[in-house]
Amino acid sequence: MSLTREEVLHIAHLARIALSEDDVAKFQEQLSGILDHFEALKQLDTEGVPPTSHPLALESVMRADEVRPSLSVEEVLANAPLVEDGAFRVRAVLE
Amino acid sequence: MSANGSLHTLTAHEAGDLLARREVSSRELTQALLDRIRAVDGRVNAYLTVTEDLALQQADEADACIARGEGGPLTGVPVAIKDNMCTRGVRTTCGSRMLESFVPPYDAHVIERLREAGAVLAGKTNMDEFAMGSSVEHSAFFPTHNPWALDCVPGGSSGGSAAAVAADEAFAALGSDTGGSIRQPASLCGVVGLKPTYGRVSRYGLVAFGSSLDQIGPLTKDVRDAALMMNVIAGHDARDSTSAPIDPPDFTDALTGDIKGLRIGVVNEYAPDDLAPEMRGVLDAAVARLEALGASVEWGVSLPSTPYALACYYIIAPSEASANLARYDGVKYGYSYQDGEGMWDNMERTRQHGFGDEVKRRIMVGTYALSSGYYDAYYLKALKVRTLIRREFEAAFERYDVLLGLVAPTPAFKLGEKTDDPMQMYLSDVFTLPINIAGIPAISVPAGFVQGLPVGIQLMARPFDEPSLLRAAHAYEQATDWHTQRPEV
Repeated sequence: MSLTREEVLHIAHLARIALSEDDVAKFQEQLSGILDHFEALKQLDTEGVPPTSHPLALESVMRADEVRPSLSVEEVLANAPLVEDGAFRVRAVLE
Repeated sequence: MSANGSLHTLTAHEAGDLLARREVSSRELTQALLDRIRAVDGRVNAYLTVTEDLALQQADEADACIARGEGGPLTGVPVAIKDNMCTRGVRTTCGSRMLESFVPPYDAHVIERLREAGAVLAGKTNMDEFAMGSSVEHSAFFPTHNPWALDCVPGGSSGGSAAAVAADEAFAALGSDTGGSIRQPASLCGVVGLKPTYGRVSRYGLVAFGSSLDQIGPLTKDVRDAALMMNVIAGHDARDSTSAPIDPPDFTDALTGDIKGLRIGVVNEYAPDDLAPEMRGVLDAAVARLEALGASVEWGVSLPSTPYALACYYIIAPSEASANLARYDGVKYGYSYQDGEGMWDNMERTRQHGFGDEVKRRIMVGTYALSSGYYDAYYLKALKVRTLIRREFEAAFERYDVLLGLVAPTPAFKLGEKTDDPMQMYLSDVFTLPINIAGIPAISVPAGFVQGLPVGIQLMARPFDEPSLLRAAHAYEQATDWHTQRPEV
């Protein structure tokens, strides 16, 4: 399984990671190598086998919708790179 | 123990006993440990942050508590915490540039429980970035060295916690285990490491990696300490919706020393034909010892899907990681690139510079496995294989109480030996990954030395049957002296 350069760039775009030219070449080779190992799974017959998304058979864990104490705005914003008027500040999404 | 010069060599329960008898104060004990850290951590590099002032303050509080006749077995005992568990007011880096200056506004559930138990926080330990790795070489800051051989890795990703305990730089520690990250470093450093059943310990405040796999557990000098740590951290917590609503037992009740009639099965696939003879010798000797203690040990248990666990894991864990690590966008907390052309450019460059290569590899593998057109072939297929692996364990546990194998195929490897080849690094977890896939508990116990380096055996049990694990591990440990051997650092 060999990934093309375009596929690596597409994956990086989906994952929102900028890559240098060197990174593209490096990850193209390494990711292709890792995907090769995944081919082994095709040998296993899983016809009719249900998927396990979770080892614990807990379903629909619900709780009452009650007001409870939470972190203060100051605490929530304490680690933020940019803050304005009690909110996280980002650059314009549409420029 | 009269001389403070060797207080750091105590186990947690020995330290707790001395404190309860008021033969030593927590301040003395904590100061002795801080002195030990100062003396040796320049060579081991187990800690990312040593919380000296906080530790001494907590020690004084513990001494006051003990003086009032209150407190429990761990009151006043300093412990180390892997740096992926949130500690209020104490930097929590997760081994990443992304969180290099992140100071959590709240405590993880396990930290709350340790504080309530009166334990003292000695510091935060080094780890592979976002717990992705088997050697701590993927730490963004520096590698940790194996106390038994400083040119070797301590294992990972909880290698800082394992090395701290092995080098007497902590009386006990917490780690996290997504594919072997507690048990493999425990094996490589010659300490006890327990991965509890999925759901046994709340992950509230644990930085998320693979949410259907992650579990917090103890790394300790002996099995009794593991049981004591479990008594503090186990139990339901409504803030983690995967936390099991099951009351935990007193885990020390399992430490009876009696394993007569316990049915133990040795797993073929965790002792493959190409195993080095010295490694097989460790397993053979452990089997003989367990039989001599009265356990009924049978060879030849087969879990035939084991060879597929590696691929299964390296689809599921990165898929979950790719979703969990989407939160690092440079907006809410953590590293933030500000000089880009706009919001999206800033975000992409934040993740380019904030994450190391292994984290990027896994995010990209996971993103690919979940992407349109590949979801069924990779992710869904892996979840079906997960069912096969789980069923094989269930069938084996109809005949055996405990399964036995090695923790890792080799003792500690040299620093730098596997960093250029991700697949070679992944293969060091080949015996530990299936346990997380199945969600069952497993423990690594020191069982000998190969080429002068410690090696552990792995015991596995049914979901929520940590008592059988602890019973078998404790009986074995009491009949051997591997756990009492310490490296000269």
